[in-house]
Amino acid sequence: MIRAKDLTKFYGGKRALGPVSFEIEDGETVGFLGLNGAGKTTALRILACDLRPSAGTIEVGGVDVVADPHEVRKKIGFLPENPPIYADMRVTDYLTFAGEIRGMTKDAIRKRMSGVLDLTDLHEVSDEPIGTLSHGFRQRVGVAQAVIHDPKFLILDEPTRGLDPVQIVEMRKLIHDLKEKHTVLISSHILTEISQTCDRLLVLGKGRVLGVGTEGELAGKESEIRSVTVTIRAPNGDDAKGQIAKVLKSVDGVKDVAEPYEQGGGLAFTVMTTKDCRADVSRAVVGAKLDLIKLDHSKSELENTFMRLVGGADGSN
Amino acid sequence: MAATSIIYRRELGAYVRSPFAWVIAALFLFVNGILFLAYVLPGQKLSAVVLELFFQFAGLTSFGLGLLLSFRLIAEERTTHSMVLLNTSPVRDSEIIVGKFLAALTFMIILLALTIYMPLLIKVRGKITGSQILVGYIGMLMVGSAALSIGLFASALVKNQFLAAVIGLVLLVVLGNLFRFASTLEGNVRTVLGDIDLFWVHYMGGFMRGVLNLKDIIYYLAVIYFFLLLGVKTLEAKRWQ
Repeated sequence: MIRAKDLTKFYGGKRALGPVSFEIEDGETVGFLGLNGAGKTTALRILACDLRPSAGTIEVGGVDVVADPHEVRKKIGFLPENPPIYADMRVTDYLTFAGEIRGMTKDAIRKRMSGVLDLTDLHEVSDEPIGTLSHGFRQRVGVAQAVIHDPKFLILDEPTRGLDPVQIVEMRKLIHDLKEKHTVLISSHILTEISQTCDRLLVLGKGRVLGVGTEGELAGKESEIRSVTVTIRAPNGDDAKGQIAKVLKSVDGVKDVAEPYEQGGGLAFTVMTTKDCRADVSRAVVGAKLDLIKLDHSKSELENTFMRLVGGADGSN
Repeated sequence: MAATSIIYRRELGAYVRSPFAWVIAALFLFVNGILFLAYVLPGQKLSAVVLELFFQFAGLTSFGLGLLLSFRLIAEERTTHSMVLLNTSPVRDSEIIVGKFLAALTFMIILLALTIYMPLLIKVRGKITGSQILVGYIGMLMVGSAALSIGLFASALVKNQFLAAVIGLVLLVVLGNLFRFASTLEGNVRTVLGDIDLFWVHYMGGFMRGVLNLKDIIYYLAVIYFFLLLGVKTLEAKRWQ
C-alpha cells in the first residue's frame, strides 16, 4: 500500500506539489492525471525516491520513503519521462546491469530475462545496442528495466510520450499485462490514455489533488447534465430528423436533443441527459427500427470532468 | 561493495565501447610520443636527465588524461538521464563514485603502461635502473589519479559536461601551480601553499627524480580521498534535489 499525507515539495521558494494526501491499495492501477506543471512528475519522483519531499510523509509498502529510501527502492520499478538507458549497451547487457544494481543474482536475472523480453516484446532486438533502437523500443527497454527485478510497485511517468499510434496501442497492451502482477502508477495528461488503463484516477492541478476516484465517480452526480452522441443512418431531411429526435426525446432521462449534423454516413444527434442512459437510448433507437451506427459517451464525459476539475483549480488561484 | 563492482564493470565496458575514450587514448599516446621525440631525446644529456625529462612531460599529460577520462563520468549520466536508474536503485553514492573512479583508473593504467617503451628505450641506451622507472610510473599514477578524482568531483558538481571540464581544469591549474604562486609569498603561508601543490613539490621534486617518499604517496592518497569524498557528498546532496 502507498500512503501519502500532506506531501509537499518546493523548488526553491516555488511550490510544485501539495500538500496532497492519498492512498493506493495493493494491486490497483492508478492514473495521475493533470495538465503540464500539475505536479504529476514531482509526485511520482518522490514515490520513486528520486526526490525528497519538503514536508509531509509518504510510505511505500509500509516503509517511510525519507527514513529508509534504500528499502523502498528495492520495492519499486521506475520509468521516468526519459528512459534511463545507456545507448552504448546491448539490451540484454543493460537489463542484466539494471537487475544486478537492484541486488539480483546473475542466475536470477538469467531466469527472469526471457519472461521480461516476452512481456516487453524485445526478443527481436535483445542483442542490439540500445542507441540503434527506435523511440518505441527504447521506451520498452525503459519498461523492461523497471520490471526486471519484479518490483511490487511500478511507477510509469508518461509511458506513451512521443510514441506513434501503433506504439501507443502496444504500450497500452503492455500496461494491461503489467497490471496483473504489479501495483501500477501511471501519469499522463492524455485523458483517453488514463481512462483505458487505470482502475482509479487521481486528478492533479497546480500541485493539488482535485479529485480522486473511478471515472464514473469523478464524472459527478446524477443531476449533472451529460452528453451522448448518437449517430443514426438516415437521409438528411427534416422529416427524418424530426422523427429521430422524437424517439430520442422519449427516452427516460433525456433532457434535450440538439440539431443533428452529418457524420460518417449518418446523422449525429447530441443528446443531453441527466443520467447515464446509453442503454435506454440504444434500445429506443433499435426499437424504432432505426440503424444505429455509433453511440459515443465516455470520452466527452471524462473530458468534461477533467476540464471542470482543472478549471476549478485555475479559478481558485 | 557489490554495487561498486557492478558499476566498475559497466564503466570499464563503456570506455571500451566509446570512440571518445579511444580518441583520448590515441591523443595521449601521440602527444607523449611527439614530446619524447621533440624534447626528450635530442641533444647530449645524461640518461638520468633524459628520464627525468620524460617523466616531466608524461606527468603533465597524465594530468590531462585524468581530467579527460573523468569529466563526463557523472555529468553525462545526468544529461542522458541514465543517472535516474542509479538514483532510484538501492546503491550508495560512495559505491557510484568509487566504481566509476576505479574504472577510469583501470583505463588510465592501461594507457600509462602503453608508454613504457619510451623509458625502456632510454634504459637500453643509457644507465638508469628499473626502480627509477618504477618510481616515475608510480608518480604518474598518483598525479593521474589525483586529476581523475578532481575531474570526477567536477563532474558530480554540474550537469553540463563542458562546464565540468572547465571546473576540473581550473582546479588542476590552480592546485598544480600553488608552489609557484607561494614562491611570491613569505612565511607560513608560503610553506603551507607550497606543500599542498599538486605537481611541482611532490611529483617533480620526488617521483620524477626517482625518489620515493612516503609523504608524497600519502599526500596524493589524501588528495584522491578528499576529492572522492567531495564527489560523494555532492552526489548525496544532488540525489534528493
